[in-house]
This record gives sequence, structure tokens and C-alpha cells, in this order.
Amino acid sequence: MTRAEAVARVADALRPDWLTIACNGLIGRELYAHADAPSRFYMIGSMGLASSIGLGLALVRPLRTVVVFDGDGNVLMSMGALGSIAAAAPANFYHVVFDNEAHGSTGGQCTISGRVPIERVAAAAGYGRTIRLRSAAELNHTLSTFFIEPGPAMLLVEIERCDAPSVGRVEPAPAELTVRFRRNAMG
Amino acid sequence: MTSYQSASQQFLDLLEHLGYNFFTGVPCSLFEGVTRILDREARYGYVSAVREDSALGLAAGAYLGGRQPVVFMQNSGLGVSVNAIVSLNQIYDIPALLVVSWRGHPRRPEGPEGRGDEDAPEHLIMGAVMEDFLSLLKIPFALLEPATMSQDVSELTRTMHATRKPVALVVPKGVLQQ
Repeated sequence: MTRAEAVARVADALRPDWLTIACNGLIGRELYAHADAPSRFYMIGSMGLASSIGLGLALVRPLRTVVVFDGDGNVLMSMGALGSIAAAAPANFYHVVFDNEAHGSTGGQCTISGRVPIERVAAAAGYGRTIRLRSAAELNHTLSTFFIEPGPAMLLVEIERCDAPSVGRVEPAPAELTVRFRRNAMG
Repeated sequence: MTSYQSASQQFLDLLEHLGYNFFTGVPCSLFEGVTRILDREARYGYVSAVREDSALGLAAGAYLGGRQPVVFMQNSGLGVSVNAIVSLNQIYDIPALLVVSWRGHPRRPEGPEGRGDEDAPEHLIMGAVMEDFLSLLKIPFALLEPATMSQDVSELTRTMHATRKPVALVVPKGVLQQ
């Protein structure tokens, strides 16, 4: 699957009231382009912190489902956060990692996720469920139940390494995204 | 019954009175008294973070969920936190009270009294540039002084609400260790 296809398939499996934190780079931009919503927050800049933001949110809004859209470069940059998530163990926390073994937004330079299986690190840290898959058929099958069972859980989707696509930037200014998302999360 | 309250408990009471209701961070011996209470009393919901920038991420998530967060860190953690402060908190208008210890204070030798020993070498450079560093990052800050604690933290909190940006309360040695 391409990044765009995988992001779209996961996004289409989310309910509109579920809170989504997207990491910086092309993953967040693909989500914005495919299906923007007030319940979606796009982090730019602070690479590695989407999972920590999602954890803080999940802890204070325990009745809301929280989904983090992450990338292999982001997770590797803040691997300690996997420990924080496992230790706090919020049942409403779901971590979806799109893994192309590359820094897709800066020119496709290799990461080390081909040699360091991220879902195994999460499992060792203490995530209740971790799944790695590759095909669209597997993804569709998994998505039918993944968010029903409690978290913290990680779904790692292997995606193709492709050229930087022409997907646009997230348009609202960061501070506008904060106001919009916070109103939705507190509602 | 004793009516004695430690400075650390008074400080936490003040924070709660000012609306702070999410606590995370990385410890420092200079506010050991505070983290001792936070670790012991589950009602604070203290989240022990693995790194200071991750603590800022946790606090940002809590803010997005409706809380008013506090992030505790040693000043060494300010270095770790720079990108989170400028490219998360400051551009997204995500406020937080940063409680930052001042190790390596150039005018307060840390060693046994009368010997004038300096703090450990790893703290000296950051300690010497603390105020310049906070100013450079445009983080409003105040030094925690026991005599004016209540008004200083209140004023800093007003600034935080007005700007929707992080503010820093700098904790010198000896104020919050008990």
C-alpha cells in the first residue's frame, strides 16, 4: 500500500467523535487531505511527540477513544514514550504506525525500523496488543476489530517507500487547530 | 494535630488554588519535596515522564483535553525541551507552567556552607545562562521566593492565561526540598 492508501483506509475506520493526533510530516498531511475533522489535531514541528500528546489526552479524557497516527521516524525518536504509554496503560489509546523504513518527508533517507521492529519494542514495553501487517486485505480485516478491544494497542502498517507526493500542507494555522480541537475534545 | 505544612505542600496547594490540575515532569533534588508528595498521593495523577520534551507533549495533550498543566524539570531539561517549547507550545498557543530548578546558580554556591563549592560541573554552563536562555526563548519567568510565592505564581499564571504560552517558575536551592 502507498502511504495515502493506508492512511485513508485507517481514517475511514474511525468514528467522527474519536480524537486523532497525527504526527508531523506527510502522514498528517495525508490525513488532513483525505478526511479533515474538528476531532483531528495535526502536529507539525515537534517530531516524536505525537504519542506523548495522545497519551496526555487519553489520560484526561478516558471516555473518548484516542488514536495516534505516527511514523517510524517519529516513534524511533521518542522510544521512551512507548514505555510511558505501556506504564500508564490507558484502555482508550490506540497507536497506528505507518512504517516505510524511511524519513519520507525529508527525501526518503533510511531509518532503522527495518532492523528494529517497532511493534516488538511496544510489546516488550507492555502494550496489550501489537499487530504488524502489510496488505490492504489484512488491514481491512484487522480494522474491523482493532478499535473494539481495549488499548493500549499498536497497529503497525508496512507501507511503500514512495516519492514525495504532491499532498498539500495542513491549512489552518496551528493556534486555530488548538482552539478547534480543544472545543471538540472538551465537548 | 499539627497545623504545620511543608513548603512543598503549600506550593502544591497554591497551584491547585490557581487552577492547575495536571502534573507531569522529571524530578530534580531541588524540588524533591514536591515530587515526594506527587508520587505518594494518587489524587494528583502525577505522570512521571521519561524526558522533559515528552512531559511537554503529555502536558499539551492534557491541555487539549481541557486541563491546566504543570511540567516539573531540572534546568538541564530545558535544553531537552527547546524544540517542544518553540515548535509545539508557542506556535499552537498551548500554555503550561514550567517549574524549573536552578542548578548551577552562579551566585549561590551549592557546596557545604562556608566552602563556596560550586555545583557539579554539568550544571555550571546552563546555570550561568538560565535567565538569558529563558529570555532568548521569550519565556516569561519568575524566581520562586518564599516570601512572595503566592503573588509571584499568581502573576505568572495571569501572564500564562493572557498569552496562552508557557511560563517558567525558577526554583532555587532550598525552597522546595522539604
